[in-house]
Amino acid sequence: MKRNILLLLGLGLMIVSLYLVFVWVPTEKMMGIVQRIFYLMVPMGWLALLSFLVVFIGSILYLIKRQSRWDIIARSSAEIGIVCTTLALVVGSMWAKPIWGVWWTWEARLTATLVLWLIYTAYFMVRSFATEESRGARFAAVIGIVGFIDIPIVALATTLWRGLHPPPLIFQEGGLAPSMLLTLMVSIAAFTALFFILLALRLSMANGEVDIKQLKERVG
Amino acid sequence: MENAGYLFAAFTVVWAVLFGYVLYLLNKQKKLQEEINLLKESLKENKGSK
Repeated sequence: MKRNILLLLGLGLMIVSLYLVFVWVPTEKMMGIVQRIFYLMVPMGWLALLSFLVVFIGSILYLIKRQSRWDIIARSSAEIGIVCTTLALVVGSMWAKPIWGVWWTWEARLTATLVLWLIYTAYFMVRSFATEESRGARFAAVIGIVGFIDIPIVALATTLWRGLHPPPLIFQEGGLAPSMLLTLMVSIAAFTALFFILLALRLSMANGEVDIKQLKERVG
Repeated sequence: MENAGYLFAAFTVVWAVLFGYVLYLLNKQKKLQEEINLLKESLKENKGSK
């Protein structure tokens, strides 16, 4: 029931978001139509950070309580996180090419986001290399906690280091026009709902795997 | 409409990947459910034969 409500909410928000992005919001004068990628790129970046926040909390609770459900939550969120971080990097390149003239530049925020992607990759690599499942989960949890250091770096990169990336002017005077801000907020809300839908699906899959393991032990 | 191709490509990539990921999750979940049902059946059979 709860999942259906979330699904309907996510679908509704996504339709409204697409309408706002492609029909309602005015085209930015300097960058032109390609600026609309911004309404996709920012939510993807936000989901990458949100996923790692869930990984961080799940990892801490797993190391404290040693209950596998916290590891399942962290692992599921990390999987969604790696998808979103990859998409943020790819979409960011598609925005950078027409605006900056290059697909990639070693600019502070881009580099910090790439580091985030590498941390997510390491999170899964230690799991696959570990000889025991619980050992892999412990190592991954440590990466999930230590790797969280990169989150404030990604968030504050444009303030700490001046680069090509625009500084965070979204909520400041002279920043985004109200119509653009509304479109961005609706897009972020729509993708946040999508994140929780994906997380619910992924958790349900992980719980199914646990059930199978337990049933196999009982069957013998 | 300059650079519209980049906009189209960005939205296509994101939606294709997310759609593919949802399909992967649903497909995997379906297979897991089938395996759970099979294991439950064999557990019942094991109990019945004892």
